[in-house]
Amino acid sequence: MNRLKKTTVVDFATYIGVTIAFLLVLGCQKGGLLTNAMNSWLVPICCFIVMSVSLNLVVGISGELSLGHCGFMCVGAFTGIIAGMSLSDVIPVDSVRLLLAILVGAFFAAITGVLVGVPVLRLRGDYLAIVTLAFGQIIKDLINCLLVGYDSKGLHIIFNIGKKTVNDLHLEAGGVAIIKGAQGAVGIRKLASFPAGYLLVMVSLIVVLNLVRSRAGRAIMAIRDNRIAAESVGLSVTKYKLMAFVTSAALAGAAGALYGLNYGSLVSSRFDFNTSILVLVYVVLGGLGNIWGSIIATIVLYVLPEALRQFDAYRMLVYAIVLILVMLATNNEHLKEMLGRILPGRKEADSDG
Amino acid sequence: MVFFSYVISGISLGSVYAIIALGYTMVYGIAKMLNFAHGDVIMVGGYISFCAISYLSLPPLVAVLLAMAVCTVLGVVIEGLAYRPLRQAGSLAVLITAIGVSYFLQNAAQLIWGVTPKIYTSVASFPLPEGLSSLGLTSEALVTIVSCIVIMLALTAFVNRTKMGKAMRACSEDKGAAQLMGINVNQAISMTFAIGSALAAIAGVLLCSSYTTLFPTTGSMPGIKAFTAAVFGGIGSIPGAFVGGLLLGIIESMAKAYISTDLANAIVFAVLIVVLLVKPTGLLGRYVPEKV
Repeated sequence: MNRLKKTTVVDFATYIGVTIAFLLVLGCQKGGLLTNAMNSWLVPICCFIVMSVSLNLVVGISGELSLGHCGFMCVGAFTGIIAGMSLSDVIPVDSVRLLLAILVGAFFAAITGVLVGVPVLRLRGDYLAIVTLAFGQIIKDLINCLLVGYDSKGLHIIFNIGKKTVNDLHLEAGGVAIIKGAQGAVGIRKLASFPAGYLLVMVSLIVVLNLVRSRAGRAIMAIRDNRIAAESVGLSVTKYKLMAFVTSAALAGAAGALYGLNYGSLVSSRFDFNTSILVLVYVVLGGLGNIWGSIIATIVLYVLPEALRQFDAYRMLVYAIVLILVMLATNNEHLKEMLGRILPGRKEADSDG
Repeated sequence: MVFFSYVISGISLGSVYAIIALGYTMVYGIAKMLNFAHGDVIMVGGYISFCAISYLSLPPLVAVLLAMAVCTVLGVVIEGLAYRPLRQAGSLAVLITAIGVSYFLQNAAQLIWGVTPKIYTSVASFPLPEGLSSLGLTSEALVTIVSCIVIMLALTAFVNRTKMGKAMRACSEDKGAAQLMGINVNQAISMTFAIGSALAAIAGVLLCSSYTTLFPTTGSMPGIKAFTAAVFGGIGSIPGAFVGGLLLGIIESMAKAYISTDLANAIVFAVLIVVLLVKPTGLLGRYVPEKV
């Protein structure tokens, strides 16, 4: 039998690791070992894993700093909620509706990704970062002004500038208002479940890892490493950058839809700059371009602030200090040298992951 | 007349953005890093001056100087402890550290001063002549605009005329070459952080005087807006920060007045995007061609 390529081994280890972790947690859940609080973490953790894996595609693989990734999550969440709620009469099966909502969320986030990506990817470096930040803010604010409801005639959507209220939707008797402007989406039926979260994580891993290992993925990384050289061998910079950006946006949209359908109500300010930054922190601490690193960093950094609740007021302070110290330690030349001596194979393993 | 008062409030808001943006742009110019903790230094400046006035009953001017001194020390300490060890590291590592510092400052402030907003008594409240106040000019706006102009002129003179300013410009062009010429690069960077943080303290005092509430995340949104202003005007350029800040303030004020309060931020960011698409390095930014 041929020896498998190292990257293939890493990829399969990632799939298997995630599956084992899922089964273990599911077992604990069935066995009643998890507290209510822990149960409530499961779906958000899955969503944020998808978020950080997809952001890693942009920041790590494609090499563009994006500070507005949650904007796509926001689009996905609200379009997903609209789909999930308005179709409740047509499709009575919850899981089918959830799947459809996730697809709708991914689709609209992908469209937003194209709209944002085409102009934005012309810019470089920090300018690109600030424009993605700006887009994230704009998307959040626009959704804040949205009024959406449905009745037997279909969807009613108003863009509210000024003082319109839900009554201006002119819904028939029996119609339901889904999104109420600044109040956000209310009365959502919870469709999300942990197995659905696991499946979404697996799908996004398959999409991202296969993209990265494909011809297109190598092109994307070549452009990241040396744009001019890549361009001169005939790679279309815009095409490949856009490919990474839109794929990432679609996955973020899917994660958003799942996230949105996990709560009874949702406001768009949940997806602000700070949340985008949070996901970026997961990606950077997990290692740029390192997909399984992102997964582990997400789980640890999501659970850490929750687990630190016993310190209560000090927990975010501790979190901040841990964050700074980790950054200082991982970039310390002496420490790197020491690690290199203890683990000689580490360097190669890192660049593969 | 109503229009004129919107213009004035826009200029006053823009002046605060400009002062904050100067800090961003100088740090970016010399250290090539986005200092996300800058907004929180503003908040610290606000709290220090608040304490000095409310608890120690110091005169406003002394309170402002005290806030400036504390923020200067804070800025230099942050740079020395958190950013200097990462001088050789990638820009993302520094960015995340800056975010960590930002979380740290916000949560430390929350522990010390609590979550409930403090009511800030304006440091710049005095009666204006009848003619001026009928135009919609407040004493806070007047002080803000005047201090912004003074700071702008002083800073330009400092950067262009003094030896330290020259050293700072040299470092922002080429750190290695500057070091070879005998310039202490670390000192120049510390100096930049000191100036930026002192300006942030002033901005904090002016911001709180105009809006009168103070809470641990007071600095976040103005920080992001000022950063936008710095990019808008061309990051790294001092006149650019000034122009960008003023324009941003006026656009925001107009959007609030004539379009929608909820959409004001979205409009500000939309204008930024349009400007960057037309002029990718900002209004006054320099185009640096890429070397192969």
